[in-house]
Amino acid sequence: MPDHPFLQLTGISKHFSGTRALENVDFSCERGTIHAVLGENGAGKSTLIKTIAGVLKPDTGSMSIDGQAVEFSRPSEANAAGVVCIFQELSLVPDLTVADNICLAMPPRRFGMIDRRAQHNFAEAILARIKCEDVDPNGLVRDLSLSRRQMVEIAKALGKSPRLLILDEATSALTRKDVETVYDLLADLRQDNVACLFISHRMNEVERLCDTLSVFRNGRHVETFAKGTRTDRDIVRLMIGREVDAQFPPRPAERTRPPHLTIQNLSWQGRLKGATLSVGKGEIVGLGGLDGQGQKELMLALFGVLRGVEGTVDVGGQIGAPRSPAAAKRAPRRICLVPEDRKTEGLMLPMSIADNLLAASYSRVSVGPFIDPAQERKAVDAAIAKLQIKIGSPQDAVATLSGGNQQKVVIAKWLMTDPEVILLNDPTRGIDVGTKQEIYRLMRQLAEEGRAILFYSTDYAELIGCCDRVAIMYDGAIVADLAGSAITEEAIVGASLNIGASLKEAVS
Amino acid sequence: MTVARAFGTSLRQNRGFYGAVVLLCVLYLVYNLLHPRGFSSAVLIQNANESVAIVFLAMAQTIPVLLGGLDLSVGAVMTLAACIASVLVNGSPLQIIFGMVVTLAAGTAFGLCNGLIVVYGRLQPIIATLATGAIAMGLALFIRPKPGGDIDGDLNWALTNSLWDFVDTYALFDPDASWFAPFAWIPVPILIMLVFGVGVWLPFRRTIIGRTIYAIGSAEGAAYMSGLPINRAKIAAFTLAGFFASCGGLYLAIQTASGNADISQAGAYTLNSIAAVVLGGTSLLGGIGGAIGSMIGALILRVMSFYFRILSIDPLLQPLVEGVVLLAAVSLGAFRVLRIKNRLELFR
Amino acid sequence: MQIALSRLRPEDKPVVISAGFIVVILILGTVYTLATQGTAPLFSPNYLLQQLQTGSFLGIVAAGMMMVILLGHIDLSIPWTLAAAAMMATAVGGDMALPTGIAVGVAVGLVNGFGVAYLRIPSMIFTLGVDSVMRGLMVWHTGGFAPQDQATPLMRTLAADKFLGIPLAIFVWAAVSVVIVVLLSRTAFGRSIYATGNREAAAYLSGIRTPWIIVGAFVASGVCAAIAGVLLAGYSTKAYQGMGNAYLLPAIAAVVIGGTRILGGQGRYVGTLVGVTLIVLLNSVLSIMQMPEAGRQVIYGCVIVGMLLVYGRGSRNFGG
Repeated sequence: MPDHPFLQLTGISKHFSGTRALENVDFSCERGTIHAVLGENGAGKSTLIKTIAGVLKPDTGSMSIDGQAVEFSRPSEANAAGVVCIFQELSLVPDLTVADNICLAMPPRRFGMIDRRAQHNFAEAILARIKCEDVDPNGLVRDLSLSRRQMVEIAKALGKSPRLLILDEATSALTRKDVETVYDLLADLRQDNVACLFISHRMNEVERLCDTLSVFRNGRHVETFAKGTRTDRDIVRLMIGREVDAQFPPRPAERTRPPHLTIQNLSWQGRLKGATLSVGKGEIVGLGGLDGQGQKELMLALFGVLRGVEGTVDVGGQIGAPRSPAAAKRAPRRICLVPEDRKTEGLMLPMSIADNLLAASYSRVSVGPFIDPAQERKAVDAAIAKLQIKIGSPQDAVATLSGGNQQKVVIAKWLMTDPEVILLNDPTRGIDVGTKQEIYRLMRQLAEEGRAILFYSTDYAELIGCCDRVAIMYDGAIVADLAGSAITEEAIVGASLNIGASLKEAVS
Repeated sequence: MTVARAFGTSLRQNRGFYGAVVLLCVLYLVYNLLHPRGFSSAVLIQNANESVAIVFLAMAQTIPVLLGGLDLSVGAVMTLAACIASVLVNGSPLQIIFGMVVTLAAGTAFGLCNGLIVVYGRLQPIIATLATGAIAMGLALFIRPKPGGDIDGDLNWALTNSLWDFVDTYALFDPDASWFAPFAWIPVPILIMLVFGVGVWLPFRRTIIGRTIYAIGSAEGAAYMSGLPINRAKIAAFTLAGFFASCGGLYLAIQTASGNADISQAGAYTLNSIAAVVLGGTSLLGGIGGAIGSMIGALILRVMSFYFRILSIDPLLQPLVEGVVLLAAVSLGAFRVLRIKNRLELFR
Repeated sequence: MQIALSRLRPEDKPVVISAGFIVVILILGTVYTLATQGTAPLFSPNYLLQQLQTGSFLGIVAAGMMMVILLGHIDLSIPWTLAAAAMMATAVGGDMALPTGIAVGVAVGLVNGFGVAYLRIPSMIFTLGVDSVMRGLMVWHTGGFAPQDQATPLMRTLAADKFLGIPLAIFVWAAVSVVIVVLLSRTAFGRSIYATGNREAAAYLSGIRTPWIIVGAFVASGVCAAIAGVLLAGYSTKAYQGMGNAYLLPAIAAVVIGGTRILGGQGRYVGTLVGVTLIVLLNSVLSIMQMPEAGRQVIYGCVIVGMLLVYGRGSRNFGG
């Protein structure tokens, strides 16, 4: 064993327009180990791996590999040093073939030109290694399913013969069979003395695979320890930094509420398969389950974005599903959606805060066909005050705000329309803890005002802490409807994996 | 078996391209059937001559389009090259060769400038090439304020006729030799398109730079993450566009034995090059297609114009028919929109 | 100077720089005329008004083009929309001349908008095709000859007469400008153009009917081109083939020089006004200098590239 760690980071800091993503991080990682990096969303994990992989340049600090100081200004330099990352956002080029993608940066060449045959054989061999013989190396990546793409991504990384392999949620989109293949592969790589950094939210995965665990919180490296030296509870506490319970507003007493939004047998394109659910006025209904079980599609269907939706939707009695967001937001439906990706779907980033706030409610500040500047200013000021958005001036670009304040702008934009049904698609993702708590309080307050709230979250704690009821989706359908004290972590996890038929009985 | 499957895959991946090929074949076959002297070498030579410039220009336009950009200066660069050629391509054989090299080098250098401005000036390709196109036009007018010029007559004759005439003009060997007979009818312009167009493009496409161009047009972020040479590829794309445009200009000058700095003609060529690119199955969003397709697209445009000559269609209808065909061709692709069930995908 | 520039809001920077450049053009032109002819026509109100009168056609075209560019689209059908409006207006004649011309603009705008917003064909190629079709229709209509119909008296009055010593064409340009400014800043339609141009998905998910907005912008562009065409026919007493060709690229250049982002979403109308003025004055100074076409083209190109490089914005080269 050499006297220095294989990968070593010293005093790394990285700031983005005011928010700090990494703060003075020391971190190291050895060859022949699988090293888990844990932390909440926004804890700095992605910034950490992007820094190691050469996508981001740290503001301060130094990095060394195998004792040699290194500085990567682009991903290709990191690749050349043997650092290869499998990113969450896929780095595949959809319009090129699988073989092209696997050999994208360093294809085999003859006479200066890409040797297609050699490339094909290489791709075939690597695909065989990860048991993806069904993937045609000549097929376009565009035509592959998400899970196959993820496997091609892994093949691409393997093709670079890494010394340090970083997997960022690389198993989240995979089928169970592929997950097993990847586990075996990682074990092989450990044998071959490769260092693996493994980022995952699934504790059981971490438990099974990793040798060493590191916890990050708010951009800081909290602790690193060997597997088995801490209990799950300890780890969660390290990640959150305090007890879980205090952050949610108190839940009101259970009572029956007349349903305001009723969904029956909603189906769409094989992604929704007969989802049935109702949300009452003044009720917060959580939507849970593993990623990609149809939660997003359900919200988009309710908001009029999807074409060809089957089944019935009923808003406030006798009114069917809207056919466009424009129809959804107006009376009599008054539905609003806080979308999944606030940067591309929720906000016009270069535009001012005021313009973003008004985007859904021009008619409310207009006199006849013209927008009234006085009303406009009043409405914007009121919205900013209501959500306590911290800004310099309403004329500043919304891009200058922190993630939490940006999300507040999205929410405030919709509250200006006085919605009766509020659809929230993972609204607290990538947001600091303080703002999260404000959003929880706001949700409860909106429910108290008699609005119906449907709240999708990938964070179990939120579902448990915030919701009056929790519906769990699996494969396009609602498989469990938990209420009151039945909302427990076990029940949610069980239903998410759809192994909890007995649990469901216990609930009802 | 595997060949058949590979072809099937290729067919599925390049529907637009194969559709264009079939369309061109049908159009040209019918044209020859209708033509009083159809299927003759003379007709083929004439048609080929009239197609060279637009074919090269369409190939030039393809490469920036594959990046997801657009080069509005190709017509002007072609005109500039033609004007340079109309001054330089004459005299002794050495002078002629020198003149041709200078012409091509000038166009290529202009393309390089476009690339440098786009990459290091961080300007949108559309607007940057709109402006550089004006500069190229101005330079062309400096060189040739009035249409005219002097092109070596032998060269003009040799390059715009069949291979037999080429061999005959330069007395390379006996053009009536029996071994030569099977090739003698081939028009020289077709060979030029094959050698300088296909012969440059196909190898280029298989270099890392060539593939990077596709990757940028398809997903620039992924291309960056994968460590591809983004800036070099962008510069190379515009440079190659300049090269192809100057090939077109050089041939145009040789064919017409003159140079003509006509602004509206240059503009029309640029717009037609975009139309040819789209007809040839290249996506204006980038990443899909290729220069061979654009070549086919350009030929389709040309063959359509030949029809007006042989059919007694009112030539006044020509622009109308061209416009309607272009709109119809691009609207065919719009049926994709009807299949999209998640409207958010429309905005990607 | 550097510090002062960097303190400006990014949207204002192009406006200030191009306004400064206008002053430079005026000074250089005057130095030239003083040196060669001993006069300073560039500072004579009459000369300037006359330049602005011919500039008003470009100004109106650019106003419409800006609406489309703000969406991140482009309207290449302007040349023959302009010509078609002029030809139809003169052909119909009488009281119906103006409404006919404008109706042509509306119709072309509707077709463009439909292709771009509903068929989702890139505007670059769809409007190019529409331009070709319009050209075809006009060539067919006129038989390829110069149309013989005369402009109506009203058209000629609007384009060539003066009121209070100021050409009426400038009043028309001013009226169009006021309408556009009010549309862009004081109506839901205008605000929605900016939102859609910035991020179509986000605008759509905010409940903005983005297809309608796109159609509306193309109709605005078509109408502006039609107004310019009718005026231009009045100015030259009749419509003629290819009368719109000289307006497309200068209009795009004026909009972009005025600081409107070619990818859409950002830009102020005052910038377009300044951009048009810059191009008009640049042209008149160059014609005073009797600059040959060659030199004009080169200077023209260099000015556009140079100004955009000075603005130095946009870290992304290919839209996103």
